[in-house]
Amino acid sequence: MAKFDEAPIIKDPPINGILRPPDIREDASVGVKCWPSKPKDTRAIDLPTERLPDWQARGVAKLGELLERNKALRVFLDICVRCGACADKCQFYLGTGDPRNMPVARAELLRAVYRRYYTPLGRRMPQAANAADFDEEMLALWYTYFYQCSECRRCSVFCPYGIDTAEITIAAREIMAEIGVSTKYVTEVVAKVYDTGNNLGIPPAAWKDNCEFLEEDVLEQTGVPIKFPVDMQGAEVLLVPPSADNFANTETMIGYAKLFHVLGISWTTSTYCNEGGNFGLFLNFANMKKVNNRILTAARMLGVKTIIWGECGHAWRAGIFTPSLSGPMDEFDPPYPYHISQFTVDMLRRGALNGKIDKNANDQYLVTYHDPCNAARAGQLVEEPREIIRACCNRFVEMPADTIREKTFCCGAGNGLLTDEIMPIRMAGGKPRAMAVKHTGANFLATVCAICKAQLPESMHYWGVPVEVGGVAQLLGNALKL
Amino acid sequence: MPFIKIDGLEIEVDEDGFIQEPDKWSPEVAAALAKSEDVPELTEAHWKVVNYLRDYYQQFGIAPMIRKLCKDTGFPLKEIYELFPSGPAKGACKIAGLPKPTGCV
Repeated sequence: MAKFDEAPIIKDPPINGILRPPDIREDASVGVKCWPSKPKDTRAIDLPTERLPDWQARGVAKLGELLERNKALRVFLDICVRCGACADKCQFYLGTGDPRNMPVARAELLRAVYRRYYTPLGRRMPQAANAADFDEEMLALWYTYFYQCSECRRCSVFCPYGIDTAEITIAAREIMAEIGVSTKYVTEVVAKVYDTGNNLGIPPAAWKDNCEFLEEDVLEQTGVPIKFPVDMQGAEVLLVPPSADNFANTETMIGYAKLFHVLGISWTTSTYCNEGGNFGLFLNFANMKKVNNRILTAARMLGVKTIIWGECGHAWRAGIFTPSLSGPMDEFDPPYPYHISQFTVDMLRRGALNGKIDKNANDQYLVTYHDPCNAARAGQLVEEPREIIRACCNRFVEMPADTIREKTFCCGAGNGLLTDEIMPIRMAGGKPRAMAVKHTGANFLATVCAICKAQLPESMHYWGVPVEVGGVAQLLGNALKL
Repeated sequence: MPFIKIDGLEIEVDEDGFIQEPDKWSPEVAAALAKSEDVPELTEAHWKVVNYLRDYYQQFGIAPMIRKLCKDTGFPLKEIYELFPSGPAKGACKIAGLPKPTGCV
């Protein structure tokens, strides 16, 4: 029995793995909201500890600032013709039928406010411009529905005007953060990064203990002394994994370690920055920048030559902007952000793994691959994970074409939604992916994102899809000859 | 902030029912929290997990890696889920009085 309200979730079955557009259900998910942030967390990350008394004026002013800073935002707000091509492309609309989860309707919550304060007609005749005040009622809708969007950009792929609707959600969340309206989940995680170096809040001693434990465990299993170095000065590679890899997704962590071992490359993690993940991306620009800055600082502290990002979607989405956010990477090789999947493919193509992979080791699995929204649509990682899977697995099957690659569905909990109080939204949004996985009959669902790896087991279980979820590095690790 | 009342003692809990004042934890508190987690009775096996979590937390200030929890207590993950239906991070940590692990988990 589910321990949450299942009313927002549409249970109709798919046809050939694809969900049909649902009947409209007004306000189906209006009651599903994230817990609000706590002063202890917002204080730690330079945000107001409560809603500001002059929040309306401040919010409108912040919108004006964003319009100046981000010209694309103004274009995205201006050019939508309400064609509706995006409407049935969002997993949260498909899963709930709530019309405000149609991307065009969600964006309208910001567009109506934009017209009210920043267009000539809206300023003089709000009704004629279909404009709306930024008032209490509107703010409540923003808080609900901009946190029922995972900024996954699937809608953008189908927009004939190329509007990036995620930018609209990002702007709305930025404005809310400015006026003291944010969620507990996101702010708590950012605060933990400044306190401990990672999203989970793992202190340095525990991180080292985890790594020592994995060394012992892998030695016991394989008889090979595989290292999980921490704060190793002068290592060749700094790996910035999602901290979840050294907590819950340990098979992925072991996969990285086996790969470096087989290649004979010295590597390390850093207790100053043992997190690639960037929850600032889900909140505001200032925190995204501050979290990102830690990566280059850690790399310089340890004197490494190469920085490699681990299997984390938001880490990579923010990570590819590292030179813009944190300055040039010229001293590193390569002098730009480098993902573990890219690195692995480079090694495969260079022949560095020739004769070192036993594909039969994964024969118990029929593998399918879930493209994380951030990897596929914001990070240009589409072919690399597939190339690795094909190199280390004999049995690989794709989900239906409209549900993968740049058209992938979000896992249902990306970009700030992986929190239990909005479980109805997570399970509703997870439905299209679950149905597509079910259609393949696969028993292993590989992916390169820690949020996906946390959400998918829950959504697969909820939708009755018996499949193991794990990393691409995990599959490679299984097949590497040590 | 909501509170729970156990034997006349008021303890602050967060929205998810995790206690906010770790030093007020006691076996009686654990038993009360267990009921909210579909654990009708704390058996010896439950206590083994709960005590392990508390010891680890007192030493390191965080919940242990799931793999380590399984290995050190001797319970495979499947059995942990049988003992604590909402899992090691949510159910077991809550009963043991640890903060809820959050992040990409």
